[in-house]
Amino acid sequence: MTRNVNIWKRLDKPVILIFLLLVVIGWFNIYAAVYNEEHTRIIDLSQRYGKQFIWILATFVIAVFVVVIDSRFYTFFAWFIYGFVILLLMLVLVLGKEINGARSWFQIGALSLQPSEFAKAGTALALAAYLNSRKLDLSRFRAFVISAGIIILPAILVAIQPDMGSALVYFSLFIVLFREGMSPYIFISAFIMVILFFFTILFNNLYLTVALIVIAFILAWLTSRKWTMVLEGIGIFIASSAVVFLFNRLITKSLEDDQILFIALVLSGLVYGVYFFNKKAISVMVIYIFLVGSLVFVNSVDFAFNRILKPHQKERVEIMLGIKSDPHGTGYNVNQSIISIGSGGFTGKGYLKGTQTKFKFVPAQSTDFIFCTIGEEWGFLGSFSIVSLYVVLLFRLIILAEKQRSLFSKVYGYAVTSILFFHFFINIGMAIGIVPVIGIPLPFLSYGGSSLWGFTILLFIFLRLDASRAEYLI
Amino acid sequence: MKDAFINRKYVIMAVVALAALVLLVRLFIIQVVKDTYRLSADNNVLRYVTQYPARGLIYDRNKRYLVYNQAAYDMMVVPAQVTRIDTATFCKLLEISTSSFRERMNAAISYSRRAPSVFLKQISAETYAGLQEKMFMFPGFYVQPRTLRKYSKPIAAHLLGYVSEVDEGIIRKDPYYKAGDYIGKLGIEEAYEKELRGRRGVKIYLVDVYSRIKGSYADGRLDTTALQGKDIISTIDMDLQEYGEMLMHNKTGSIVALEPKTGEVLTLVSSPNYDPALLVGRVRSENFARLNADTLNLPLFNRAIQAKYPPGSTFKPINGLIGLAEDVITPSTMFGCNNGYLFVGCHSHSSPLDLVHGISNSCNSYFCQTFRRILENPRYGSVSEAYTKWKEYLNEFGFGKKLGIELTNELPGLIPSPAYFDKYYGKNKWKALTVISLAIGQGEIETTPLQMANMTAAIANKGYFYIPHIVRSVGDNESIDKKFLTKQVVNIDTALFGPIIDGMEEAVNGGGGATASVAALKDITVCGKTGTAQNPHGKDHSVFIAFAPKDDPKIAIAVFVENAGFGATYAAPVASLMIEKYLKGEVSNKALEQRMVELKLSAGDKER
Repeated sequence: MTRNVNIWKRLDKPVILIFLLLVVIGWFNIYAAVYNEEHTRIIDLSQRYGKQFIWILATFVIAVFVVVIDSRFYTFFAWFIYGFVILLLMLVLVLGKEINGARSWFQIGALSLQPSEFAKAGTALALAAYLNSRKLDLSRFRAFVISAGIIILPAILVAIQPDMGSALVYFSLFIVLFREGMSPYIFISAFIMVILFFFTILFNNLYLTVALIVIAFILAWLTSRKWTMVLEGIGIFIASSAVVFLFNRLITKSLEDDQILFIALVLSGLVYGVYFFNKKAISVMVIYIFLVGSLVFVNSVDFAFNRILKPHQKERVEIMLGIKSDPHGTGYNVNQSIISIGSGGFTGKGYLKGTQTKFKFVPAQSTDFIFCTIGEEWGFLGSFSIVSLYVVLLFRLIILAEKQRSLFSKVYGYAVTSILFFHFFINIGMAIGIVPVIGIPLPFLSYGGSSLWGFTILLFIFLRLDASRAEYLI
Repeated sequence: MKDAFINRKYVIMAVVALAALVLLVRLFIIQVVKDTYRLSADNNVLRYVTQYPARGLIYDRNKRYLVYNQAAYDMMVVPAQVTRIDTATFCKLLEISTSSFRERMNAAISYSRRAPSVFLKQISAETYAGLQEKMFMFPGFYVQPRTLRKYSKPIAAHLLGYVSEVDEGIIRKDPYYKAGDYIGKLGIEEAYEKELRGRRGVKIYLVDVYSRIKGSYADGRLDTTALQGKDIISTIDMDLQEYGEMLMHNKTGSIVALEPKTGEVLTLVSSPNYDPALLVGRVRSENFARLNADTLNLPLFNRAIQAKYPPGSTFKPINGLIGLAEDVITPSTMFGCNNGYLFVGCHSHSSPLDLVHGISNSCNSYFCQTFRRILENPRYGSVSEAYTKWKEYLNEFGFGKKLGIELTNELPGLIPSPAYFDKYYGKNKWKALTVISLAIGQGEIETTPLQMANMTAAIANKGYFYIPHIVRSVGDNESIDKKFLTKQVVNIDTALFGPIIDGMEEAVNGGGGATASVAALKDITVCGKTGTAQNPHGKDHSVFIAFAPKDDPKIAIAVFVENAGFGATYAAPVASLMIEKYLKGEVSNKALEQRMVELKLSAGDKER
């Protein structure tokens, strides 16, 4: 069923307006960030604002292109596009140009393209296609695993580059899965895992192990309300700990205290298993499994943190957690960033009057730290306006997504929302020091052709789908 | 289509809203609530560069330079900007060793990596000239121009003082001073520090993250320009000062010459002395330590205002004057002398003598008897009371207290109080004869050469003086402290000075019996008085006071030559040469001059 309507008139005006505002604000702030007296011409191709001007012109062309294409193209070729971007992500690992230790860029003549920026749209399309393809129940294991796989595959490829920041962005798509019925426990578990992760880094492993075991016993009592059972459980645990302790004293001699406790816990689990089976105390059994799982997780995090993470990544996390403070070292970026934003005050220093950004105290100030320029020169009023623009944009996108008649468009709309939200929150959050420094751009504002084009494609595909809401009933 | 999870959109919206709220709260805190970030931002980008003013110049009384400035350069370093430089070349240009380079670099780094600090102080203009064109090779280093003192002649070190860098104590005491500032020490440099130092300025620059200057802050509206120090016109006669120092070369002692009508110090010599240039620049501390360690010659000791000499016979005129003022003698009072008075000996001369000849012959007996009459004056109830009166006269002349010259290290000398003798001999246990040596300027009294010169000026003026001072004006028109322009009148009738002055004239020009004829000059009536101050540590000090010309005194002078013997032998010729040099500009008796210049009598030689 097809109706002829003017696509252009049906594109959502508020979203387009905000998009245009952000792009223009971005350009002015890139100009401010790299501004110096020697290059005052508005269009100077040797300067970043000059290049960004070209990227912006190009992005308008791309937007038009995306809108002109029939919306069925996206639904029909969703998987193909996904396959294509996955291929690009693989190719970049081989053919990519290494910049700052990461193979994230294709160098084509003077143009550098970052496939991970485009892969977000591709992944969103694939996710939409998969969730739309059959009546799915995401609480079902198989459906969840496949959806998660669609998300995680590009994330892994990007992480190999390595570009941890961009890789993490893909995980925001779990918000879409949540909307479509994924169990909230997955989020809660993930949340607990994040907490445990930080605790692992912050605290001694032994204390953490002991604390977890104590919490488990308390939970066991809370759920069962049976003193005898809990005391028996404790007795069994202490007995097996003593056995393992002696064993270690006499024979192995190399086990750490937390390892002894862990082994004792596993040993007593054998006894518990029979015991719980007889008593049919399933909930306590679940607690036990959770406990063991947590300890496995804690130990693997400990191992990963100390063996797998690169020193600079380790340091970033440590600085975020306040374990380390080093205003002139790695923490320098964040420190300077907060200083420049903070120095803006309520009304800011005025356009082009920012001293911190102008004199390059803040690194990457036209890309990842573009928000510093806004904060310094426009003050809290400016920061508030930018945050508001994004919030309005995100709410508008949610509202639009909810209006979609096709599941494909709705899922895709949520995917766009999730990705933009993640970028927005993490980027500004790192600039003001409340999340670790994860180098991802601020959508539409940060300097860079790939990210601007990537976000434009991502957004305009949704606008195109939304515009054809009335055209097709898919 | 039924959507079982429709409510989850609210959860998602809530998450978005909450996240935005978290961002806004944090932004509000750092941008509006806290202002520490603004301060950090200023510290980041503003560099305050001190503009050091040139110190004021010091002229002599004829507006010739005594002290002026030379350019020097402090090598500054911002360690963070120092990239790979050719250390060997750099050290060679700076004339330092590579180990010294490393030490200085470490010191600078430990101070701050990003803020500039002094790498090497006071590089001479010559060294800098060689360095200047190669500075581009040494990023992170730059020079800050400073001024150092330069002296037109190696004279007047004690008068001028020196300039050094402020220390912690000064910085704590006076908030004006900041580390790296210079401050005057001793002499005119200290006394007129506030005028000479000028006012520091500051230029505020914007710097980028590499500490590179990107321009001036707020278009320079907040900058303050350095205000050059004011010039000082001193009262010193440069030629006379130089001449005095030449005469005192290889001798220990002091010359103080004043202009009686104004109290202006024409010359203030303390010997041994040192070249003031020794205390300039990087060599200062080393040289200062060396001078300070010279306990034999004490070159840093300013004898003119710090020595405690008994005045000897040069004290006789004032005792005669007090006798007249107290009416215990008249000019015609005659005293006999039989080679002395009681236990105070005297040399042979005709006897009896009146006051004029008592002075000219320097008769001990005459002044012992006069002094006895002063103390046994029936007008007073006791010797102690009469003594107090005598002491009052001396205090009026400026003895026993600091005269108040600008030099901060002036000492008061000593005129003992009656209590001093009470303590020593017991109350009312001492009589005129107990302290009779005071009559001839011996015993417990201590005077400085400055006080003696001042007394001479007061006699020349017949009863008044101006507090001696070494600065005429600050700049061209700013006058000096009022106390130096206030006439200090001595409570003695002007008419009574006549016979005393006549006696001093006779002492020089009196023919037979005159004790100071060596000081006589053609065409100039010199009035003077010799003295030989007994010195328990060695040979007597030779003392002479004089003023000239008699009718219109233009110079009053006191000369002390330590361990030289009779006043007539050394101090008198020196005074005479000084007077002629000052009044005529030329010295006629070249032979005497040569003899005095070549004479070696320094403290180190006294045992010979």
